[in-house]
Amino acid sequence: MAELSSTYDTSRFGDKVLRIDNVVKRFGDNTVLDHISFDVHMHETVALLGPSGSGKSTVMKCINLLEQVNDGQIWLGETDITDPRENQDSIRSRIGVVFQQFNLFSHMTVLNNVTLAARKVHKWPREKAEEKAMGLLKRIGMDQKAKEYPDRLSGGQQQRVAICRALMMEPELLLLDEITSALDPLLVGEVLEMVGELKRQGATILMATHEMSFAHDAADRIVLLRRGKIAENGSPEEVMDNPTDPETQAFFAAYNRV
Amino acid sequence: MPDINEYGVSAVEQEREQFRSGERRRSILTSIGSSLAFIAAVVITLKLSPGWPRVRESFFSAEYFAMAWPQVLDGLWLNIRVLGVALVGVAVLGTSLALIRMTKSAVMFPLRVVARTYTTIMRGIPMIVTLYLIGFGIPGLDLFGRIDKAVLGTIAVVMSYSAYIAEVLRAGFEDVHPSQRASARSLGLTTGQTMWHVIIPQGIRKVAPALMNDFVAMQKDVGLISTLGAVDAVRAAQIVVAKTYNFTPYVVASLLFIAMSVPFILLNDWYSERRRKREQTGGMV
Repeated sequence: MAELSSTYDTSRFGDKVLRIDNVVKRFGDNTVLDHISFDVHMHETVALLGPSGSGKSTVMKCINLLEQVNDGQIWLGETDITDPRENQDSIRSRIGVVFQQFNLFSHMTVLNNVTLAARKVHKWPREKAEEKAMGLLKRIGMDQKAKEYPDRLSGGQQQRVAICRALMMEPELLLLDEITSALDPLLVGEVLEMVGELKRQGATILMATHEMSFAHDAADRIVLLRRGKIAENGSPEEVMDNPTDPETQAFFAAYNRV
Repeated sequence: MPDINEYGVSAVEQEREQFRSGERRRSILTSIGSSLAFIAAVVITLKLSPGWPRVRESFFSAEYFAMAWPQVLDGLWLNIRVLGVALVGVAVLGTSLALIRMTKSAVMFPLRVVARTYTTIMRGIPMIVTLYLIGFGIPGLDLFGRIDKAVLGTIAVVMSYSAYIAEVLRAGFEDVHPSQRASARSLGLTTGQTMWHVIIPQGIRKVAPALMNDFVAMQKDVGLISTLGAVDAVRAAQIVVAKTYNFTPYVVASLLFIAMSVPFILLNDWYSERRRKREQTGGMV
């Protein structure tokens, strides 16, 4: 596969693309995130793991500004994205996001899906947007499907197109929120392969996932959430292969059994 | 390898196909038979009714049919024009109401209350009352001079139908999966762009059959503008009835209204069927 993501120059922001600093999120009396802090460095792939309800999705939503934090700060480069004075739309276009499912707009062709933000938000002329989009689609072998509607694509193809769409505006950070959870196990491979390729090309990725072996092989660092707190933060070898904490041992052991 | 005949089909499949086509033939014959029996029953009942000759003369007279036809057809042209204008009006007002009701910002609060009150009240008022209120109330104010009855009638139809359509559209917009909105927002689209490019086109598709059904209902309800005195198909028929004491012109008007709605009913059926097929075969893998 040729180069998918041109590396965004973030040198002036230092090495840290994303900095999560003491973030608290409550839903009513329920504290979902309890003073969470971790960083994502440039070109780094960080896997966010944890049992259901541990707060993975909430972290993703807070970074994507779909949820408001109750305390703490989130920095994207040198922008405090939790600052209400910042323009939320312009922050969002600096982050590429892919969700679990229903990513693609079902009433638009693949090509229009990929070019929508370029045309409507960044006011690119259609030709320029389509040229770039076709380049991206060609690299994942989907250029033949550019004129198809999403319902003619397999789930794996849909997710790969969704990743293409997220890459279109060369985001500083790629958020992947359980992107293989709704897929047939046979289709998971092609999507994970694409993520692996992006990582090799130097993309900065934060992914919430249940694919333990993929997280182990692809991630540079594992952040394990448990009951709204960070239970582990280290290399896959430290966290997954040789955990010292008994609860962490039990968590990975449970996954190994299935 | 089983025996294969000259069509490339095994004897088992050939036998099954024979049985199936026999079944199909039988069911077609049954349906023709039952339809004929039903028609015969209706015809016999009518023929046996002592008053049938009189009813036939007053509702289905060929002579009065031919007499009323040109005038009623002329009136229908007004209905068609009113329908065209009302369609645009309902689309604009209905969508606006639906969108206003879906806003969440504090600034829009008063408008939200207005929209909500409007849809609640307008759906409750019988349409004929709305017609009277607009048709006789507005001229009664003596503010705008003389306004054409058809214009006032159109306004009333738009006001009444917008309330229904707004609720149907709102249901459609709210039915669009939250991930679609989230996807659009995370691409950097503003709230307005998200609505216009993603939520509205998908929401309308979701409720298209219901919308088309309301359109067919509106098609015949534009006939109610006759109550204001506008000379549409119904009013034209009424005029002939008043002159001749024969009700056939109403049947003429009905036939014309049916003819007008049939294409849309067929279109609606076709669209629903196509969507049903698509949803059953395609979708998420």
